[in-house]
Amino acid sequence: MDSFIQQLINGITLGGIYALIALGYTMVYGVIQLINFAHGEFFAAGGYVGVIFLSFFTGLGYMETHPIFCLTASFALAMMYCAYLAIGVEKIAYKPLRKEARLAALLSALGVSIFLSNGLMLTQGVYDKAYPSELFQGGFSFGIITIGYLQVLIVCLTGALLVALNLLVFKTKIGMAMRATAQDKTMSALVAIGSNKIISLTFGIGAGLAAAAGIMVGLYYGSVRYDMGFLPGIKAFSAAVLGGIGNITGAMLGGLIIGMVEIFGAGYISGEYKDVFAFIILIGVLYFKPTGIMGENIDDTRV
Amino acid sequence: MSAQPILELKNVHSGYGSIKALRDVSLKIYPGEVVAIIGANGAGKSTTLMTICGIVPLEKGDIFYNGVSVKNIAPEKLPPLGLCQVPEGRRIFPRLTVEENLILGAFYRNDKPEIQRDIEHVYSLFPVLGERNRQKGGTLSGGEQQMLAIGRALMTKPKVLLLDEPSLGLAPIIIHQIFDIIADINKNQETTILLVEQNANLALQAATRGYVLETGQITLEDKASSLLHNPEIRKAYLGE
Repeated sequence: MDSFIQQLINGITLGGIYALIALGYTMVYGVIQLINFAHGEFFAAGGYVGVIFLSFFTGLGYMETHPIFCLTASFALAMMYCAYLAIGVEKIAYKPLRKEARLAALLSALGVSIFLSNGLMLTQGVYDKAYPSELFQGGFSFGIITIGYLQVLIVCLTGALLVALNLLVFKTKIGMAMRATAQDKTMSALVAIGSNKIISLTFGIGAGLAAAAGIMVGLYYGSVRYDMGFLPGIKAFSAAVLGGIGNITGAMLGGLIIGMVEIFGAGYISGEYKDVFAFIILIGVLYFKPTGIMGENIDDTRV
Repeated sequence: MSAQPILELKNVHSGYGSIKALRDVSLKIYPGEVVAIIGANGAGKSTTLMTICGIVPLEKGDIFYNGVSVKNIAPEKLPPLGLCQVPEGRRIFPRLTVEENLILGAFYRNDKPEIQRDIEHVYSLFPVLGERNRQKGGTLSGGEQQMLAIGRALMTKPKVLLLDEPSLGLAPIIIHQIFDIIADINKNQETTILLVEQNANLALQAATRGYVLETGQITLEDKASSLLHNPEIRKAYLGE
């Protein structure tokens, strides 16, 4: 029982991270019907920007004196960097192909993924880059259950980002405009909503969330690597499909489920197969219910 | 009728790639008018409106709004200038609520109290929309969707309203209701209206002037009342 609760907590932590990444896939798909295979690279880039700034602050000794400021600044810088990176990628690699067949943009996305991942390798090296290790040691202990301070931070921050995103998409005028653009771009233009701005915004938000997830993973596992975007990227993609691609609530739910299944699978079945569970789910969903949990109609794209 | 047309098409050619939908179309619409374009299926009526709004690319010719060329203006920049379209098939945002659809009509506006007043105004024109303001647009009936589409267009504060087949697929009683409102919008809000209709009888009764469009070309232009009594028009479009 104790180990069950421990796994549950670990599952929520990991699931929240997958949910953050999955949102980028699902939002971009909702607005332009593209599976942005380069999305995992924004996650990796975020992890790197995070480690660069956190190491910098730690080196200056600010991490000791102003930990909250340093963390906030690192998250904000990484999220902003990745948001603008994604907006640039969209303008260069996807926008010129918008009128072409969907496959063209998909291939372009694969190319961008390889480009960004190799760019990271060339500039940052092929070896793991360690996060400052003295951060967030220890945690709350309840008997044999331990909740690390870091886990608390990750879960709280993830929750806050998910709530903020929901408020933005479902309560504000710009969120309404995003949903309208996803539903009918021509009609949106006829009521003065410029789809280019909305598409940029969608890419920016999605990549910003992925960047936050990248830092969290860096902090959680202690290091980042140039190719770290690949596996979490496709797992989060599986989560988006599981939830119903294009559906924001679905992506959050899908992320949590994939995270839970991975942790419990690794705990109770076999740790060696932990990367397999997400793909078993993906295959199962595509076979039995390709529209996912929340998706209703596969042609009827939604945000 | 003032001397300068509020909307003018000069020798417009447009189409979809190799398919030429409009050939040398010229129209003039003066402030305060209700102008009808009638024509058969596929004559290019909807294309005319979509070309005015910049959705279908203009190949040749020019379009003037208030005397200024709008051919290089992006579609989403036109509603703030006062040019708005209710497209064929109404195109409500199906998964947004009635109220959200209306708010998006005012997307470019920032005058919050005014927007709220205009929403109330739309609800007073179409009380059924007020009753269903939290319902998803896609759950409305065809007539209610048409009302919502017109209401959403009114939220952009149009000076020229382009209406594409507002009668399509609606029951006669709803059609009358909608055409009464269109007349009211023209009179009380001083909105110029360009109306596209297959139902020529209905359109010409509502309009002051009419154009006949055949296979992408204007073949006739006259006062609406004259067109209604033109034997050829009666034969071709009014089922006699």
